[in-house]
Amino acid sequence: MSKIPFLRIGPPAIPAFFWAVPLVVVLLAVPFICEALGQPFYLRVASRILIFALAASSLNLVLGFGGMVSLGHAAFVGIGSYVVAVLAWHLSNEVPVLTWPIVIEGTTNAALAWPAAIGASALAAFVVGAISLRTTGLYFIMITLAFAQMIYYYAVSLQQYGGDDGMKMRGRSVLPGLDLANRTTFYYLVLVALLLCIAFLFCLARSRFGLVIRGIRQNETRMRALGIEPYPYQLTCFTISGAMAGFAGVLMANLDTFVSPSDLSMARSDELVAMILLGGVGSLWGPPLGAAFYILAQLGLGNLTTHWPLAFGPALIIVVLFARRGLVGIFGERQR
Amino acid sequence: MSRPALEVEHLNKFFGALKATDDLSLTVEVGELHAIIGPNGAGKSTLISQLSGQLRPTSGHIRFFGEDLSRRSMACRVQRGIVRSFQITSLCREFSTLTNVALAVQARIGHSFHFFRNAEDDPLFTAPAQDALERVGLGHRAHVAAGHLAHGEQRQLELAIALAAKPRLLLLDEPMAGMGLDESMKVVELLLSLKGHYTIVLVEHDMDAVFALADRISVLVYGHCIASGAPERIREDPAVQDAYLGEDEADARSA
Ligand SMILES: Nc1ncnc2c1ncn2[C@@H]1O[C@H](COP(=O)(O)OP(=O)(O)OP(=O)(O)O)[C@@H](O)[C@H]1O
Ligand SMILES: [Mg+2]
Repeated sequence: MSKIPFLRIGPPAIPAFFWAVPLVVVLLAVPFICEALGQPFYLRVASRILIFALAASSLNLVLGFGGMVSLGHAAFVGIGSYVVAVLAWHLSNEVPVLTWPIVIEGTTNAALAWPAAIGASALAAFVVGAISLRTTGLYFIMITLAFAQMIYYYAVSLQQYGGDDGMKMRGRSVLPGLDLANRTTFYYLVLVALLLCIAFLFCLARSRFGLVIRGIRQNETRMRALGIEPYPYQLTCFTISGAMAGFAGVLMANLDTFVSPSDLSMARSDELVAMILLGGVGSLWGPPLGAAFYILAQLGLGNLTTHWPLAFGPALIIVVLFARRGLVGIFGERQR
Repeated sequence: MSRPALEVEHLNKFFGALKATDDLSLTVEVGELHAIIGPNGAGKSTLISQLSGQLRPTSGHIRFFGEDLSRRSMACRVQRGIVRSFQITSLCREFSTLTNVALAVQARIGHSFHFFRNAEDDPLFTAPAQDALERVGLGHRAHVAAGHLAHGEQRQLELAIALAAKPRLLLLDEPMAGMGLDESMKVVELLLSLKGHYTIVLVEHDMDAVFALADRISVLVYGHCIASGAPERIREDPAVQDAYLGEDEADARSA
């Protein structure tokens, strides 16, 4: 049988490269297109789509590949955002973040703030995962939800950082050698970040680790019978996903130069789930595609009516019912 | 005689008031093919599940080469070399037949915290996996999704997975269940070829197969082992005829 260069995440084969080349070409051209149209706002939308694509992909790693239905994923995205914003706040207000046991000053230096933010999200995911993965099924879902709500209310309670209203940042992080304030530069940075993460997921899905994670989703008992204890693999997967979500949060805070508790709300978590369902659970390009459709729909329909979810909800149900593998299924299904 | 591979001592498993395993003791010698027979619901699968670590016994001991494994996890027992196959096929249905077996090889070779290199096509795993598939006669189906295999083929795959794990003790729960006559014959042949090279516990309903294959037979009735010994002895044991074989004949007469 001939080898097809498809990423096989369950039959039917999902084409990973087929759409990738034209897609990347278009994505590279977006700043020029926006320039030509005289619509810089569109570039902002495009950046937003890519960042949500990254966030949705991170959720897809646990939900789609690992079969862990985490309904509080926005919390990890939001933690990444908050760490960046909080560190920046402390710099501009000249208050140390911590004075004991060591002194930690605020910073807008990306080389410091970003790893800190990603690390914080990963740590949060590790803790939440360590506890919730001891349970399964509905309990798991409930516990991830409960943790996310807890983190949300904690953010609301942070009066110093704007409480319910959130806080504005003075500007984007400072990355030596790159001018992040330039919207085109920032767009390309986000694009590279997303493509690197997708490439990572592509490798991961077929690596020894990826096979184990996908195997656990399909049949946990079988994996145990092979001598594979699911817990450490699931926890690692959850933590990697949290780190990736934190990275999306870092970029989100930088795009908007604003963070608020709504960044880690349940509504945001649900949006991420909706993007995955829409695009295709467990596929590589599904979540990014879902993110694009979702945000464009939000923009298009949101201009017409604030009740746009009334139209979007049924549309999502139809896609899930009739195209089980989401939009990716519709586009890629016949590729055999 | 040297130390037995497996010693089961006074094993009990209760599901509420139901005694699925009732003060069960038996030993399996190294290299023997030990068949477990008994009527439906006798507790054969429950025994296999306790041996493999999927179910915790209520009380009693399971010793493997002298080491008490009664409270150890399934994964730990697999690492010691106790490998089971399932009566009801248990596969990763989306993975190819080959990947299903390759995962067993991968799990045997070491931990799977490797995040980058492609393992799906790594001959380190696929080569032994392909061998195991050839051995059970599934070599030509390597690249088909396991969920798309015919029922009999899935049963064969279940065997290939168990073999690829290089077991020191192979627990086979009705490997021929639901197979056609042809396929069953092939499995009997396969088991004959394994005999002597592996220590095997075989649960099977097909008496012809059992008496053709087994070195020793244990008979389970209501979770209790009522007899254990060479096939000729079991065939002549009045308690066994009474409780089990007789029932079969009665069935045959009434049919
Ligand atoms: N998880 C469980 N909870 C409650 N009762 C159970 C459970 N598993 C098995 N039983 C009961 O324990 C008894 C033994 O079941 P078991 O599956 O071990 O029988 P078996 O000998 O394998 O039968 P068969 O030949 O039909 O496969 C049966 O009465 C069954 O209904
Ligand atoms: Mg059974």
